[in-house]
Amino acid sequence: MAAAHDNDAAQKGGFRAWLNKRLPVDEFVESQLTGYFAPKNFNLWYFFGAFAMLVFVIMILSGIFLAMHYKPSETAAFDSVEYIMREVEWGWLIRYMHSTGASFFFIVVYLHMFRAMLYGSYREPRELLWILGVLLYLALMAEAFMGYVLPWGNMSYWGAQVIVNLFGTIPVIGPGLVEWIRGDYGIADSTLNRFFALHVVAMPFAIAFLILMHLVALRQTGSNNPDGIEIKAKLGANGKPVDGIPFHPYYTIKDLFGVGVFLLFFCGVIFFVPTFGGLFLEKPNFEAANALSTPDHIAPVWYFTAFFAMLRAVPDQQLGALIMLLAIVVLFFLPWLDRSPVKSIRYKGWMSKTALVLFVISFIVLSYLGLKPASDLYVILARIFTAIYFLYFILMPWYTSVEKTKAAPERVNYHA
Amino acid sequence: MSDPDNLPDEADTSRRKFLTAATAATAAVGGAFTLVPFIASWRPSERARALGAPLEIDISKLEPGQMITQSWRKQPVYVVRRTPEAVAGLAKVGPSLKDPQSDASAQPVYAKNEARSIKPEFLVLYAACTHLGCLPKQYFTQGEPTLGADWPGGFFCPCHGSRFDLAGRVFNGSPASLNLAVPPHKFESDTMLVIGLDANAEGAA
Repeated sequence: MAAAHDNDAAQKGGFRAWLNKRLPVDEFVESQLTGYFAPKNFNLWYFFGAFAMLVFVIMILSGIFLAMHYKPSETAAFDSVEYIMREVEWGWLIRYMHSTGASFFFIVVYLHMFRAMLYGSYREPRELLWILGVLLYLALMAEAFMGYVLPWGNMSYWGAQVIVNLFGTIPVIGPGLVEWIRGDYGIADSTLNRFFALHVVAMPFAIAFLILMHLVALRQTGSNNPDGIEIKAKLGANGKPVDGIPFHPYYTIKDLFGVGVFLLFFCGVIFFVPTFGGLFLEKPNFEAANALSTPDHIAPVWYFTAFFAMLRAVPDQQLGALIMLLAIVVLFFLPWLDRSPVKSIRYKGWMSKTALVLFVISFIVLSYLGLKPASDLYVILARIFTAIYFLYFILMPWYTSVEKTKAAPERVNYHA
Repeated sequence: MSDPDNLPDEADTSRRKFLTAATAATAAVGGAFTLVPFIASWRPSERARALGAPLEIDISKLEPGQMITQSWRKQPVYVVRRTPEAVAGLAKVGPSLKDPQSDASAQPVYAKNEARSIKPEFLVLYAACTHLGCLPKQYFTQGEPTLGADWPGGFFCPCHGSRFDLAGRVFNGSPASLNLAVPPHKFESDTMLVIGLDANAEGAA
């Protein structure tokens, strides 16, 4: 293989040979794209990883241009965002790309994670791939939260107040930690300035690094597929999986088509409903931060509301913060909670199917409840659905091992 | 020193391992100390600390029945000098209060009493309404016409109508559910009030 490759390069001669002797371009393309075989039975769910990558690029590009006009200071931040919206040429478009991109990032990441749950993509040998993904999700949450503070609207301010105060519930070190995070005795200029630095420099680097690790781990294990069987188990004469096709050109072109469809939705929101009825951009954030006036109803942006509902469902603030933290930490253990002999939902029993449906319902209902003021009924509902959310994980070792499963096929199901 | 051309066949690997570990450990300790300035840079700066320093207020000019507003750490603070009648009136409104003993409300231990103060004469409060953070206005006159003949004197929040007595305790029927919070404070002398430093549990300086 390596010898044949050297031979190839030598024959081509010229600039390409010169280049490849110094930078392994052809080797990289061969090993990562044209020679990397992915299962041929991917379905629609397999678009969302590529979409997440696309949104990341959109966020970096629009973010760079926003940072050229935005001013991270208590006195100038809100006005500079209005300046971008009203006076910078095309500023509104760049800003709406960034604000809509934040919500779309979470939409595609949630669907991407659901796909992994559907087909058991977190199972052996992809545990680390899943863990890197959950870390990416956590990094994305931190990035989104800090980005939300930057426009310095009233919801930015009070959202920061509520979230940063959550760290105050940690025993002993809590109050000192909160003061350290804020750099002042309240959410202040120092807080805004450091969140800006983290949002535009530190977190993007961390996220880019985690994406790289996520992709390297994916190349190592290869993609899972809707049948949840290992295509590497059946190799053809060429040493490649018989149920695999080269990532390039087949999946690059498929993803490119998907990107076109994705951009239709994305641009539709940017041009016609950029605030998405107060879901993507909350109404109180069109007012400048005011330390003396709390918005009537403080709720985070929709992608955090499920966890916010859990926080409110618990009467004790400390315990509530712990439950909220556990709701995310439990994801790390998913690879070891699933004891089913099969990976894909296609071959699992009715208990796994019911559990996954209930889990999705609980996440959606909790997200809705977190958007609404906490009435007595809603608090009770939030408690019920928080319980269901956790039962999905806690009972998983039991229901995946006792239920009757179908045998997974030898070869992937594929209808051309 | 041994002659480099004449090294023994077997090098002393335990010595090498020790030196490698010692070098790595030294680097790790150095690295850890390097973190200190970066972590410390996140703490409130000298300016933030100076602006948030305890606030001294001269209360010698404050007459009974008067109130002054001061700002401490970006939050408005009310200092009220109550008349003896006002102090006496605090015991009478108990039944119409949501939290008369201030059990659920926020105040330092030395202010967890009926008058919610160290000296019953002087009341110190954070001015933010516990409902949604508006500033309650002073209505100290008994039977204030806009608030009804049985109004005992206190604070009224113009935003959503929360009512508080002259110890910042919230009345039944208000949207707010907690009494106005009391900041840490102490008396440096009879005429000098300090906001931001705690008195001891008995309220002495």
